[in-house]
Amino acid sequence: MPGKLKAKIVAGRHLPVMDRASDLTDAFVEVKFGNTTFKTDVYPKSLNPQWNSEWFKFEVDDEDLQDEPLQITVLDHDTYSANDAIGKVYIDIDPLLCSEAATVISGWLPIYDTIHGIRGEINVLVKVDLFNDLNRFRQSSCGVKFFCTTSIPRCYRAVMVHGFVEELVVNEDPEYQWIDRIRTPRASNEARQRLIFLMSGELQRKIGLKVLEMGGNAVVGYLQCFDLEGESGLVVRAIGTACTLEKISTFPATATHPNNSSPSKDMKEPGFGEEAPGVPLSSGPPTPLRAQTFSSFSPSKSYSRQSSSSDTELSLTPKTGMGSGGSAGKEAGPLKALLRQQTQSALEQREYPFFTLTAFPPGFLLHVGGVVSARSVKLLDRIHNPDEPETRDAWWEEIRQEIKSHAKALGCHAVVGYSESTSICEEVCILSASGTAAVLSSRFMQDGPLDTEHRFEEVVSPGCGFCHIPYDELNIPFPAQLTYCYCCRRYKVPDVLFTTIDLPTEANVTGKGCLIQARLCRTKKKAQGEGNATAISSLLPFLEYELHTQLMNKLKLRGMNALFGLRIQISVGETMLLGLASATGVYLTALPSPGGIQIAGKTPSDITYEQHISTMQKKINDTIDKNKELYEINPPEVVEEIIGSPIPEPRQRSRLFRSHSESSDEVSELDLSHGKKDAFVLEIDDTDAVEDIHALLTDSPTPAGFYSCNTEIMPGIQNWTSAIQMFTSVRVFRLNANLTNQGLNKIFSDLCENLLKSLYFKLRSMVPCCLCHLNFTVAIPEDELIQVAVTAVAMSFDKEQPLENGKQSGEKTLIKAITENDEQLQFNLELNAETSSHNPLSSPKGLSEVGSHLSARDRCSSWIEQLKLKAHTIRRGSVKTTSSLEKASPLPEGRSRSLRSNRSYSGSSVAVVKMTPLSFIPGAKIIKYLGIINMFFIRETSSLREEGGVSGFLHTFIAEVFAMVRAHVAALGGNAVVSYSMKECVFMENPNKNQAQCLINVSGDAVIFVRESELESTSVQTQSATTHTSNGGEGT
Amino acid sequence: MRLHGTHIKLTERSLYSVDVKMSVELDVFVGNTTIMDKEVYQLWLNGYTVNDAVKVRIEGGVMEECEASAEVLLSDTMDQYRTFQMCERLLHHPAKLANQLLFQIPPDRQAMLIERYYAFDDSFVREVLGKKLSKGTKKDLDDVSIKTGITLKSCRRQFDNFKRVFKVVEELKGPLVENIRQHFLLPDQLARDYAAIVFFANHRFETGKKKLQYLTFQDFAFCAGQLINNWTVGAVDNMMEDMDVDLDKEFLQDLKDLKILITDKDLLDQHKNLVCTALRGKTNVFNEMEANFKNLSRGLVNIAAKLINAKDVRDFFIDLVEKFIEPCRSDKLTSIDVNLYLTHYTNSAHILDTFKHHAVWTRYMGVIKSCILRMYHD
Repeated sequence: MPGKLKAKIVAGRHLPVMDRASDLTDAFVEVKFGNTTFKTDVYPKSLNPQWNSEWFKFEVDDEDLQDEPLQITVLDHDTYSANDAIGKVYIDIDPLLCSEAATVISGWLPIYDTIHGIRGEINVLVKVDLFNDLNRFRQSSCGVKFFCTTSIPRCYRAVMVHGFVEELVVNEDPEYQWIDRIRTPRASNEARQRLIFLMSGELQRKIGLKVLEMGGNAVVGYLQCFDLEGESGLVVRAIGTACTLEKISTFPATATHPNNSSPSKDMKEPGFGEEAPGVPLSSGPPTPLRAQTFSSFSPSKSYSRQSSSSDTELSLTPKTGMGSGGSAGKEAGPLKALLRQQTQSALEQREYPFFTLTAFPPGFLLHVGGVVSARSVKLLDRIHNPDEPETRDAWWEEIRQEIKSHAKALGCHAVVGYSESTSICEEVCILSASGTAAVLSSRFMQDGPLDTEHRFEEVVSPGCGFCHIPYDELNIPFPAQLTYCYCCRRYKVPDVLFTTIDLPTEANVTGKGCLIQARLCRTKKKAQGEGNATAISSLLPFLEYELHTQLMNKLKLRGMNALFGLRIQISVGETMLLGLASATGVYLTALPSPGGIQIAGKTPSDITYEQHISTMQKKINDTIDKNKELYEINPPEVVEEIIGSPIPEPRQRSRLFRSHSESSDEVSELDLSHGKKDAFVLEIDDTDAVEDIHALLTDSPTPAGFYSCNTEIMPGIQNWTSAIQMFTSVRVFRLNANLTNQGLNKIFSDLCENLLKSLYFKLRSMVPCCLCHLNFTVAIPEDELIQVAVTAVAMSFDKEQPLENGKQSGEKTLIKAITENDEQLQFNLELNAETSSHNPLSSPKGLSEVGSHLSARDRCSSWIEQLKLKAHTIRRGSVKTTSSLEKASPLPEGRSRSLRSNRSYSGSSVAVVKMTPLSFIPGAKIIKYLGIINMFFIRETSSLREEGGVSGFLHTFIAEVFAMVRAHVAALGGNAVVSYSMKECVFMENPNKNQAQCLINVSGDAVIFVRESELESTSVQTQSATTHTSNGGEGT
Repeated sequence: MRLHGTHIKLTERSLYSVDVKMSVELDVFVGNTTIMDKEVYQLWLNGYTVNDAVKVRIEGGVMEECEASAEVLLSDTMDQYRTFQMCERLLHHPAKLANQLLFQIPPDRQAMLIERYYAFDDSFVREVLGKKLSKGTKKDLDDVSIKTGITLKSCRRQFDNFKRVFKVVEELKGPLVENIRQHFLLPDQLARDYAAIVFFANHRFETGKKKLQYLTFQDFAFCAGQLINNWTVGAVDNMMEDMDVDLDKEFLQDLKDLKILITDKDLLDQHKNLVCTALRGKTNVFNEMEANFKNLSRGLVNIAAKLINAKDVRDFFIDLVEKFIEPCRSDKLTSIDVNLYLTHYTNSAHILDTFKHHAVWTRYMGVIKSCILRMYHD
């Protein structure tokens, strides 16, 4: 008997009139948990009943506590006929199971009915008494904390990052059961809602168990999705990153105490590794799998696993690496490499070295390789045993293996910013996974060497270190230009960098960033089964390639050289495929300045044609110039001789000596590549290129006062005000005519642009402001319909402060933000500051593991060749990517930026719940995480016209979902939801029947925040304590 | 799937077409804090259709200001209109707006929404003031709409507001203005105006006659305020047992006693002498006043004596105009003259030895004086 759940029903208000005769309601409440039900008395003739019930007590297993929601049903008593249900409230009691989260749920919660929407509110009190029961074989994982936030939550410190956790559960979809033919829509919807609540609970519990097995106590970056497969079932799956977190004391003064952050102490925690259950380590060569996935669609497999060709357009960027990309010079180099081997081996022991995190504790992310992605097309009607998860597990395993091997090809042992998604149309399902190949520090992993690592890490400057290529220069998977880093001049960097992660807070960036989208629409013949799957499979690589080209062009047009937060969504419909890639473009100071875009005609005979080309060229050049001005991209000019032979500033000299490259051959080789000075060439004879150019030039710039990005923070903006506005916008478009690919493309692009324009217009009162975390989701709900949903937050900021000032406050807040996450930084920074003048490298540890890296490389080589081959076939000869070098500079003092400002705000006394897709609230400090919010709702109507048509119906529903999220957060004692996302919005309509149905799944972290002004007295100390260290950290 | 039976495309479903190739079927924007544009709200309140509102906005220059297109404006306007329609239900019970959960609206915005929703046009209210707030009156609103140039939709909203406030306060005890302010969360001035409207509707005061056309709503509202504050039960009795809506029956009964001022010949002469003595030399129109004294006095006292009949209450304002204001005006009295006359007329009555009804007289004449002065436009 490990737990006692107690619930008390206090009162109701704003109930609907259920008795027409009296215009009143005789309401009572049923409280159900598992199979136990209690009832309150009937409170007669009132729309505002006061039940004030006794405490209803449920004695249950903690396993059930995790799986089941508390169900509260409000009914209208009827003496003669059946009682009418008014509506329901599902309460997820999971937050109450964790000692550090909420302790009681108390407040007004909306009573929800799937047909009528919100019908009044009910005031409830819910508590849980947990008894410790440690001897039992654990089926429950009570106490494991879950966070949607994809970084280390603000009031915690990562002691250890264990790694990837995933789970998947399958059930029959109640809407496809035979009984659905005879029951009411309400009953069916409720069955579905309840089932998904149950499945989510079960999933969370199972993931929690895995975390406990690994020795962790929390899941960060928890991403739960459901797939409505239709006949074959309903899948709820989740991924996340298991961590061991430690709460930072709420008093900032003590949080900075260095004793707390002693890394050696941290490392003593037990960890995951040896006892990895199940699947064998990835010792077998990954090649066979790749071979299979590259083959064309082959339906003949032994059993149901009819894997179709899963296409892989891997690593969209030309990115490369050299073996010891981040190495720190002669002595440090080999050591460093060894350490990396060690980390790598630690990671390799994991089934999947994946991390759903997009932002990292300082020092964790060493190098970034580039984006890795994998897709696979599957047929749902071929699942042999649909009720069991095995087939889907196998599908995902395949994809993950592919991702893993892609990462290896990039010289990386880990994948960060990892996410998975699906798109389903009838029986076809596209499974996608993507992430960023990266090299991580072993510091947060169990078997990393303790003493040495810090000394190595501090050598790599935080502002550019992550840009340095992680892979062997001699084994570049793509033709790409390498140059010496424009910040430190010691390591090589690629010309362009694409990633799925957030911009690291410490990165050196020139100017501001902006949202960049590539949009693509491709028609497809209607087909069935295998033929359909084959058709889709063969379209996918072209789609991805063209999205990539578009992204690249748009990036160059904005004069930028890196993409963060890249998210590519491919949606499948019966007659078309949609591709939407969103990312935030920035100019990384460490990377070379991008070359321009040059248009070339194939047949330069005609004069008018030449003129046409030159006007186009001029337009493009003008746009680039304009954009550079707009985004303040003006890296100081640099003499070319400097490149390749860095002349160190005196301050840096000591370090630079150490960093002498190991092989001089490489350098000379590289210099050769610098000699070629060609720009990005587009040949406009190519119809696609014409289209590309068109798309480039039709993207209208954001109106004055607006910035936009899809990442958490926007470089160059620091002084946020407390004004934030989270919003969701949904549009459905009907295509009225048969369109060519080109026509479709234009329409799709226009509608995304128009949607953005509408958002800017709506939010014009917030100017100057930035739309952050702009998350577009596209779907093809029906033939000829395109649905676009956007969730984002608009945040106002103060007009530019003088630069000096801004920089200073930026630095301060940067440090402050970091100390919140992890005060280890301070330790590290102090070290950094000390050691910048003398050589600290001496540790001989970790020499034993030299071999593993090589073997890994060998393993990869076979498929890299395949990859190259493929790259060449796709790449048309007319497109060349190179970089122009005339404009480039080391900008070591890169402007620091931060998302948080020191400004203080007068707190408002209004009891409002803020919502934001970001992990923080500007001008405020999160003092407590109350638990995860994961809610699923269905709304249906058979009086669509009366409810204001589809727009009225959906508008109300989304507003209701927001209201329910806010109410549940408030009941937990919170005043905000961070990392909020609407993960699913499935809308279906049948206007002829006057019907519509919508399913929405939202999630986020309920938190308590306090305004920084309220914390001022305590935080002053922290700041003074941290400011001096910041100098050491910034000076690179 | 249940909803996916056969689907036949209906083109009229689309909200708007971007071009021939594509139309928008669904377009919503939902903010965690509900975004409401004051200007669009006003257009909605004024009963403009979406298309008309878009035209007005385009003419207002919002497009140039914000680099928007007509399409963006249309989308925004439709979205806002939908939001307002969803809020309208709550605006009918403003107290609900504060503790509902569906829309997160900052308190100052809530106050703005309520205040503007309950605001009315003076020209409209003049048309319905004193009329029964019944279905019949509502049916005639299209005439009012044509006459005033206010859209029918707006007329209906204003009318329904009057009716709603009326219905709610009709059942309530206690001071009228305070009740309205608390139940509808209206600012003080607006609450007073509503009190006047309710009061007029309750007593069905005649305000539409041609002779009364020169009076504005604010004139009547002032008079209503005087009546509410002085002649109702609530005015003298703080027990709040009765409402402010009804006139004090006892007082009306007592008013009959004032008749002595005109029926007793001695008293009438005495009163006239006292007033004339006081006025002599202080005005240019003394002769006219002296000549008209008996006539005017009879008029005012007769109005008082008749007020016990509900039917005569209705004619209160027309009587004041006919029996007092018009005669004074034809004698070219200025409002200063009228003030002087009424002051001495009221005070002199207290000096009369046989006149005993001082309290009633003061209560009556106080209101009459301030009403007449307000209604006496030079």
